[in-house]
Amino acid sequence: MTKGRLSLGSLLSPAMLGMLPFFVFALLFLILPTCILMVGAFQDQAGNFTLDNLAKLLNQPQLLASYWISIKVSLASAIGGALFGFLIAYAIVQGGLPAWVRSSVLTFSGVASNFAGVPLAFAFLATFGRVGLVTVLLRDWFGVNIYSHDIGFNLLSFSGLTLTYLYFQIPLMVLIIVPALEGLKREWREASQILGGTNFHYWRYVALPVLWPSILGATLLLFANSFGAVATAYALTGSSLNIVTIQLYAQIRGDVLHDPNLGFALAFGMILITCLSNGAYIWLRGRSERWLR
Amino acid sequence: MKRSTLLGWVIFAFGATYFILPLLATFEFSLRMLRGQYSFEAYSVVFGDAQFRATFLYSAVLALVTIVLGALVVVPTAYLVRLRLPHLRGLVEFVTLLPLVVPAIVIVFGYLRLYNSSSWLPLTGSDAATNALLAFGYVTLALPYMYRTVDTGMRAIDVKTLTEAAESLGASWSTIMLKVILPNVRSAVLAGAFLTFAIVIGEFTFASLLNRPAFGPYLQLMGANRAYEPSALAIIAFLVTWACMGLIQIFGRKRGAITVP
Repeated sequence: MTKGRLSLGSLLSPAMLGMLPFFVFALLFLILPTCILMVGAFQDQAGNFTLDNLAKLLNQPQLLASYWISIKVSLASAIGGALFGFLIAYAIVQGGLPAWVRSSVLTFSGVASNFAGVPLAFAFLATFGRVGLVTVLLRDWFGVNIYSHDIGFNLLSFSGLTLTYLYFQIPLMVLIIVPALEGLKREWREASQILGGTNFHYWRYVALPVLWPSILGATLLLFANSFGAVATAYALTGSSLNIVTIQLYAQIRGDVLHDPNLGFALAFGMILITCLSNGAYIWLRGRSERWLR
Repeated sequence: MKRSTLLGWVIFAFGATYFILPLLATFEFSLRMLRGQYSFEAYSVVFGDAQFRATFLYSAVLALVTIVLGALVVVPTAYLVRLRLPHLRGLVEFVTLLPLVVPAIVIVFGYLRLYNSSSWLPLTGSDAATNALLAFGYVTLALPYMYRTVDTGMRAIDVKTLTEAAESLGASWSTIMLKVILPNVRSAVLAGAFLTFAIVIGEFTFASLLNRPAFGPYLQLMGANRAYEPSALAIIAFLVTWACMGLIQIFGRKRGAITVP
């Protein structure tokens, strides 16, 4: 008995010791840096506890507006990405397309979902910028000026940023949702047909209810994905577009708010928003895995 | 069936247009540096730029360091969780997913506060220390992908039997890790490595805010000052990403290798 307990003890400690690098690493480079910002959001310059920073944040229309436009861009690109990504995933899984289409779409999705940041901004400037290829061709061939007052497109604005973000959001959605679509069992469709269900009935009462947590969860992940993005927007618009990551970037570079603790509050607000959307994602993923196992 | 095939093709055509058009436009634009003719002038200017070579090299070396550090942190952890400490699985998975929750710009902001030159651990005090901090930061960014890939690789092999077999032959802990476990999850580690490379090579936020001469900030600087070179650089970056993903396909023929958690 004593021997058993001893060997259990000696078995546990080297294993736990082996986990030490991971936990020390996570603590130093992930958890502490995040915590120290959250603490800073609730401190004044002297280090005393205060709610002033959050109050100041809520009283700055410009900062609130930057959250709002970030949320709008992220929502639009997440919902758009989820919708188009789902359609593409549907087309390659159930649309009866040849196998090479499926594998090339999946490979391309892997590339495009990682093709973000500064180069993506360059690509969209060359395409939809004022002298971009598509802009010029639409003008010369069809007489349509997308920058005209009537259409009101501007790459350096909400619509342009959303269009650009879709380039990595759609492929990310494809990669997440294809396994879920593949998890739909053939028997379910057959059962629905035997019971006299139409295609509409199958989607409305069987497929979508099963897929719903995956779709919603993926949308939330896409939301967080674009909410935290900096490089694309910065390279595209400089600091002319007032999204929250660019505000924070300017604050870190040069304390433009003239109040370090207000900067921490700004970061705290971002963590809060991505926490909410990711928490919901993890919860929904747990629900969907029950079905798609 | 016929109708749904047609629908599939229509969706595919729309998608293909949206995704290929920017690449074509960028490529076309990158060829227009010399007036009135198509040429690869922008590319030769880029490749001839000493700063391009220096920053690309810097980021490539940093990516390699990140990969090695990441593997050192992730492989033993995934192994121990699978073999000896399954009750820690939930906690470890939660921690590895945190970088998807906390935006990169927030993490680096935390570094600047925690490790500033007057702090207890002044990692931003010297160039060498800042380089190390940047590498650790990149390990953080790659953690969700690296851990997930390696863990999937471990699931495919029988870690328990392999370990017991090695132990009964008298292998030490380091021998088991280096000569038994690592070779068996090599393809997963390589898949994670190429994904990490693709993430790190053009990363902007960390490098820019830590003031490092990396490829991402160089790209941004070119974008702000030049006309045709950025397009050439975008095509080069796309090809690098493509190469990484292609190598993942070759080495890590397992599902989950390029999917996100």
